[in-house]
Amino acid sequence: MKKNKKNEVANFKKLNRRDLIIGASSVGAFSLAPKNLLSEEANPENLPPNLPEWTQYLGDGVDVNPYGMPSEFEGHVIRRNVEWLTASAESSVNFTPLQDLEGIVTPNGLCFERHHGGVSVINPQDFRLMINGLVDREMIFTLDDLKRFPQTNKFYFLECAANGGMEWRGSQLNGCQYTFGMVHNVQYTGVKLSDLLLETGLKEKAKWVLAEGSDSSGMTRSIPIEKILDDCIIAWAMNGEALRPEQGYPARLVVPGWEGNMWVKWIRRLEFGDKPYMTREETSKYTDLLTSGKARMFTWVMDAKSVITSPSPEKPILAKGLHQLRGLAWSGRGKIKRVDVSIDGGKNWKIAQLHSPVLSKSLTRFTLPFEWNGEELLLQSRAIDETNYVQPTIDELQKIRGVNSIYHNNSIATWLVSKNGKVDNVRLG
Amino acid sequence: MSGLVKSILSFTLIIFLANTTTASDRKFNLGQIATKEEVTGWDIDVRPDGLGAPIGSGTAFSGEEIYAEVCAVCHGDFGEGADRWPPLVGGEGSLASHDPEKTATSYWPFASTIFDYIYRAMPYGEAQSLSYDETYEIVAYLLYMGDIIEEDFVLSDKNIGEIKMPNKDGFLLPDPRPDIMNTHGNPCMTNCQVSTNIIGKARDIDVTPEDE
Repeated sequence: MKKNKKNEVANFKKLNRRDLIIGASSVGAFSLAPKNLLSEEANPENLPPNLPEWTQYLGDGVDVNPYGMPSEFEGHVIRRNVEWLTASAESSVNFTPLQDLEGIVTPNGLCFERHHGGVSVINPQDFRLMINGLVDREMIFTLDDLKRFPQTNKFYFLECAANGGMEWRGSQLNGCQYTFGMVHNVQYTGVKLSDLLLETGLKEKAKWVLAEGSDSSGMTRSIPIEKILDDCIIAWAMNGEALRPEQGYPARLVVPGWEGNMWVKWIRRLEFGDKPYMTREETSKYTDLLTSGKARMFTWVMDAKSVITSPSPEKPILAKGLHQLRGLAWSGRGKIKRVDVSIDGGKNWKIAQLHSPVLSKSLTRFTLPFEWNGEELLLQSRAIDETNYVQPTIDELQKIRGVNSIYHNNSIATWLVSKNGKVDNVRLG
Repeated sequence: MSGLVKSILSFTLIIFLANTTTASDRKFNLGQIATKEEVTGWDIDVRPDGLGAPIGSGTAFSGEEIYAEVCAVCHGDFGEGADRWPPLVGGEGSLASHDPEKTATSYWPFASTIFDYIYRAMPYGEAQSLSYDETYEIVAYLLYMGDIIEEDFVLSDKNIGEIKMPNKDGFLLPDPRPDIMNTHGNPCMTNCQVSTNIIGKARDIDVTPEDE
């Protein structure tokens, strides 16, 4: 009986604690303006020499959450969208909260979403991958078939070609999430297309592949055969578990280092042909309009890029003294070789520390310790990849491409740290 | 075992052997050979040269009605767009301006793409509900509104690969990137000559969403 009473007390305490949290969050909702975070203070009753409440009673048992979720205190770490960008949520995009992540792995539930006709719901028993066109044998594979092929497990970043697209003409969105968050990095498990094609055979005239999704937009892209045979994968798992529905469950195409639009989700068909198919996505979209009125086409590779995730507009500096500047760098052409960081708007640079693993076509973590004494800073990061490509400034990009190209803005961003520790996305010139 | 069963079994074995020895050999013996019927049902793409265009036809004259019925609610009676839904026609001569209008008739280089996209994905939320003839009619109506064909031109699988779109030559290949290789891995590290004047702040534009 005593035990039961104790549990009642524990539940009462827990309820109280949760009430307090809900109460607190409804008063001071998380906002990109960091004032609420700054004002959040610890409860002295839980601090030394007092005994914290969670130390005195039993917590939840196993299986309270059969599929574990993040701590309730991490509720602000979510994907977010910009409603005014698109006409409908089913054909829209949201953004990965890079500012709240560590290391190089993006948790599955935080990988940004981009759909053209909503999230398809597919029973894996009903999944079929058709391979047709210029192959020796037109074939159909079930998901179980795919899982019986030799397996590959690889980390790759996926970045939308429009990541940073709103920033071509100036600083527009005041957040790391909204300006860099159309990227994620997960470990894919799947079958290499070069293995799958050993089963169908390939005719000599086959030069292009049409990859087609089974969603209500029937997403299609043309991909050259060299890339397909080099490193493309049909993946059914991400970060150790089945693909999330919004990432193409039960299977998607992985096109390492190339723009995310080509990574067709809910894949249903690969057609081999001798010419590109010139689909809507690779003609009317994902072409880069220059000032001449002509547009670049088939701009597939994602050039090297980096971002300082903290400090950033969502991560103000809260105290003077030592801090660890954190960031991510990536390149569609291979490994990151070096990342430089400037705190004075690009006049002087220091080499940041890269953290292992440094993988090809994968996000790479960098850090740099710095002392802040309340002065204004202009933070920038600059990635260099193993091809010696150096991440450009926006001026360098604009000189060649103008301001109408929407896609492939991989320029250096600037975060202004003000004397009060707040951080702003600014444009220098 | 009866003679009949035996002959069925040996016939099956012959089929199996035949399937495994065409052209290249199968390496893993996984998956099934697709039937012609299965491939035809899913193979809906249409290429610029007209390859894959399904048998059918339509004119702009007949397309006006079906356009008004299923397209106009989002794209406007004359393809001018509505709210945030995109315009389909117009924008000719705007591509080199500060505010380019990239519509199906001003920007898209191939008529086949318009057919392919409408048939596979439109009307939005009712994918692949149009007939082939209805799709040809709607494409013809759009091309007519963009002054690309006459109202009575019969667009069909026979000629969709021959339509000349105004921006056919508007695209550049191959990709010239990396187009900025100024420093070849050795950028300036100290006392670099750069402007550090702040010329714009996202905060001032004030379009960043805030959490509820």
